[in-house]
Amino acid sequence: MHDVSGQAAHHAPPQGFVRKHVFSLDHKVIGKQYYALALVAVLTGMVLSWLMRLHLGWPNLAIPGLHWISKTGAPGNLMTPELYLQLMTMHGTIMVFFVLTTAPFAAFGNFFLPIQVGAEDMPFPRFNMMSFWVTFVAFLVMIASFFVADGPTLGGWTQYAPLSAVGAVAGPGQGSGVVLWAASIGIFCIGQLLGSLNFITTTLDMRAKGMSLMRLPLTAWAWFITSCIGLTAFAVLMPACILLILDHVAGTSFFVASNLVINDQLQPHSGGSTLLWQHLFWFFGHPEVYVAIVPGMGIVSHVLITNMRRPLLSAKVMIASMGAIAFLSYMVYGHHMFVSGMNPFSALAFSFPTLIITIPATIITLLWIGSLYGSKLRINTASLFALGFISMFVSGGVSGFFLAQPSIDIMLHATYFVVGHFHLVMAVAAIFGIFSGTYFWFPKMTGKMMNETLGKLHFWLTFVGAYCIFMPFHYLGIMGNVRRYAQFVDDYLQPVLGVHKFITVAALLTGAAQLIFLYNLIHSHFWGKAAPENPWQATSLEWSIPSPPPFDNFGGKPPVVYHDPYQFGVKGSMGDYIMQDSPEPSPTGD
Amino acid sequence: MAKFFAVTIILIAIGSAIPIVRGTWTQPVDISTHGYEIDHQYHETMWEAGVAFLAAQIILAVFIWKFSNRREDAEIRRLPGGATGLVLAAVLLVGTEVLALGVFGMNAWAKVYFAPPGPGAMPIQAQAGQFAFYFRYPGPDGTFGPLHPDKINEANENFFGLDPVSDPDSKDDIVTAEMAIPVNQEIHLLMHAKDLGHSFYVRELRVQQDFVPGLDVSVHFTATKVGKYEIVCTQLCGLGHYNMKTYLEVMSQEDFDSWLKQQAALQ
Amino acid sequence: MKMKKRYQYRSAPLLLALLLICLGVVILGQKVNAAPPAAGKITGTVKLDGAAPHMKGIDMTKDPYCAKYHASTPAHLENVAVGSGGGLENVVLYLSEGLSATAAAEVPSQKVQVDQKGCQYLPHVIAVDVGQQMEVITSDQTAHNIHPLPDMSTGNIGWNRSQPPGAPPFDSAWKGEEVAIPVKCNIHPWMHGYIAVVKGPYATTDSDGSFTIANVPPGSYTVTAWQEEYGKQTAKVTVAAGTPATADFTFKAK
Repeated sequence: MHDVSGQAAHHAPPQGFVRKHVFSLDHKVIGKQYYALALVAVLTGMVLSWLMRLHLGWPNLAIPGLHWISKTGAPGNLMTPELYLQLMTMHGTIMVFFVLTTAPFAAFGNFFLPIQVGAEDMPFPRFNMMSFWVTFVAFLVMIASFFVADGPTLGGWTQYAPLSAVGAVAGPGQGSGVVLWAASIGIFCIGQLLGSLNFITTTLDMRAKGMSLMRLPLTAWAWFITSCIGLTAFAVLMPACILLILDHVAGTSFFVASNLVINDQLQPHSGGSTLLWQHLFWFFGHPEVYVAIVPGMGIVSHVLITNMRRPLLSAKVMIASMGAIAFLSYMVYGHHMFVSGMNPFSALAFSFPTLIITIPATIITLLWIGSLYGSKLRINTASLFALGFISMFVSGGVSGFFLAQPSIDIMLHATYFVVGHFHLVMAVAAIFGIFSGTYFWFPKMTGKMMNETLGKLHFWLTFVGAYCIFMPFHYLGIMGNVRRYAQFVDDYLQPVLGVHKFITVAALLTGAAQLIFLYNLIHSHFWGKAAPENPWQATSLEWSIPSPPPFDNFGGKPPVVYHDPYQFGVKGSMGDYIMQDSPEPSPTGD
Repeated sequence: MAKFFAVTIILIAIGSAIPIVRGTWTQPVDISTHGYEIDHQYHETMWEAGVAFLAAQIILAVFIWKFSNRREDAEIRRLPGGATGLVLAAVLLVGTEVLALGVFGMNAWAKVYFAPPGPGAMPIQAQAGQFAFYFRYPGPDGTFGPLHPDKINEANENFFGLDPVSDPDSKDDIVTAEMAIPVNQEIHLLMHAKDLGHSFYVRELRVQQDFVPGLDVSVHFTATKVGKYEIVCTQLCGLGHYNMKTYLEVMSQEDFDSWLKQQAALQ
Repeated sequence: MKMKKRYQYRSAPLLLALLLICLGVVILGQKVNAAPPAAGKITGTVKLDGAAPHMKGIDMTKDPYCAKYHASTPAHLENVAVGSGGGLENVVLYLSEGLSATAAAEVPSQKVQVDQKGCQYLPHVIAVDVGQQMEVITSDQTAHNIHPLPDMSTGNIGWNRSQPPGAPPFDSAWKGEEVAIPVKCNIHPWMHGYIAVVKGPYATTDSDGSFTIANVPPGSYTVTAWQEEYGKQTAKVTVAAGTPATADFTFKAK
């Protein structure tokens, strides 16, 4: 047990607007800044997806205003194939990095991890502030690529070489567009490393008296595990991006083989390896998707437990399973490369851990569902999104059974089946985790309650809408509909053009429904009902302090922890729960 | 609302399963000799994934229905078996299932990648470059002439960079824009990329393989049904990726021979 | 009434003067901008001596639209297009020496059009002046990308834009002389053409191999003929007012 009492991070109350709201050292402000960045990013990414879907549904449609986004890529407001791919690349990149890596981890984690461990702030507040501003600069660099001569890169968020490495000869966006992309991601990595550093040290060194590791809430465990993955995975992506930039600006050939001919011109590269990029990228890329989902798992556990009025059947098993997923995540990355030309024996070597990773994922899902049994489930927007996460995670997870097997991957690789799989687990489940966290923690973060009616409406439209969009992707993949196509001109795709139109309509409607959330967020922030300290009758330390919390969280009085984080279903002085910092004894003994 | 939610989950689960069960959208008919194992794996996996999917969604829905809106003083109950039971269920039911799939699936993979082509396999060279596939047949001498990337000149339709003037082996090579093969003849497809990453995908043939710049990759297969099938690129290669395709024509031996003669005359 | 009359009388000479001034400006202005009234021209033919090389057919299987377009009229390469009587089409003729600075700097206001039709460039070779607008249009119902690949040392910068079916035309102009910039479509690898960027008057041969370079100021010039396979040939001509000059070229088949 540690008795640090938050001394290392002690800092004086901020003065002035800039110190309070702009260059703030306060982890809570930084968390909200990350949230705001993720919000801008998700709206940008969503608009990009609307443009993509409009084109896929109606390829000959002139979209008004399209020429504002691209100087040369939208003649007569018609979407050229390069513009489609550029929008797709930006959509994927912005969503994966600036939304899914930012909101569940950096936004909520920054705000709540120090509070949940009982600390006044993180141990390195300046690094923390830097991590946000570095991430913000990375976002600006990414957006800047829309403004260079032939626009952003079109190589997908995966930026496979040599398309990404040979330069402008490969097509529009492949010159400065790639360099800006790689620079942005490289800068993002720095922000991520600074953030992960803070999370790990906060969890290990800043816990209040009585807060043993096993008394940490599951969100704290999720953020801790995520930051361990983040530290190691992003540490590989950054050099990969640097090598890619060098191939562009320094005439190196890390990723470009010899004797390549583009536009009838022999390229001045030699000796590079196409597959090297894929190895480096996916070594990062697969753990990255767990960075996107594990915090959401923590949030689902945390929100559900509170709304089930009982702890999980076993917190230890949940923690061990999240850890197992993190550990295994490094061994599976080659399942993105089954048909890449890599040694076919390694396909089997990657397939088995991929299949094995279903075990901890299943355990986690069964723990949630099993804990529902005999519980006293409360239905509110936060719990609806948490339950929705489970449904989406199951749907997205079972398609993994197929993709984990190399022989089946022969048919499903690079089809919409893969796109459906990762959208269900990332774009839907992980986003549901963010929504659940938002509706749950908004009262604490802002001191106001969100509107429940609007929240439920938002949930219903999003839940049904998301299934309408992404379930059909699997059917398209099964019949071999290839992904990353700007248009469907092949003979075999003509019969499914109607399915694409349906998906587009569903996407536009579901997207529109998110405006309800946006309205609720903004309106409640300013004019919502005042929130009590503990509106959900929850137990973890964040609910023992005012809403919103003072700058030093615990008002200069570090908490003392007496219980595990989920004392529910017990006879407490306030009801069927006992808060972590309440000295009253618990019938369960902890 | 909880009950409504539970019903919605079940409706969505069943609704999602219907197109699968009815086979509304399926893979096309298999025309290969190795595809049977892949299709078998796929169907096995669909059963197991389908059962897991439906079971999880239905149980989730049932629990939401049963355990919401309970009385304030209702007792919290533990699932029989507790966490241990769940871990056992996960390992025994799901874990062994997926591992079995993996073990048995090795055969399907091995047939494609671990067995070399037979001695009678007909070699065809395939080159992928922005944004088309071109193929080369060795001609009567059975040998492919050397490739000279610096001599590639698309304006003159010298897609492979051949030099028939200096290389006698290239003189009878036949370069085509579509791939024709005789039915029931094993083909050894020798693949290389001209410029960047592409991929070769023929659904009916149950073949998908990336072209890797810098690597000579190959696949082998035998087609069992005469017909015309699409070859499409599945590795993002630039703005023309969506339009990068050609046709595989599986013909009788006689038709193939006359096709090849025709193509030779057009060189 | 007496006042009105006086005004009318006073304004009339003023109006007349204004009118004369305007007329003068117009006439003078025309004089400055017009080509010298005695502008000459250079005519001639370009022929191929020897057997025309076989132009390979183009297999457009990869794009069913293109294949269908040429179902009854198969497409073939156009690198050496020989018409009846041995005339070479698509040869660019321009004045490589002898242009005055003013004549060389003149940029015609009309645009030169290049079309993408049946998945080939029409015309296969276009000539354009430095700074003259080249209008790119597409008549095809399949997407093309237009990708000129200039030699950067001329000051010309390459670009790469696509035109989906129904896309409006766009204009592009070139900064430096270059004979000639290869242009290709990446989507249809066989699709190739050339853009010859020159200074001063120019012409391209038609299917008979004949050409007329118009608006040539009197003087002595070197006319260069450029053909994509056979390269350049030159001839010296003197253009006098009222007398058309001729220059004929013969390229030897390889």
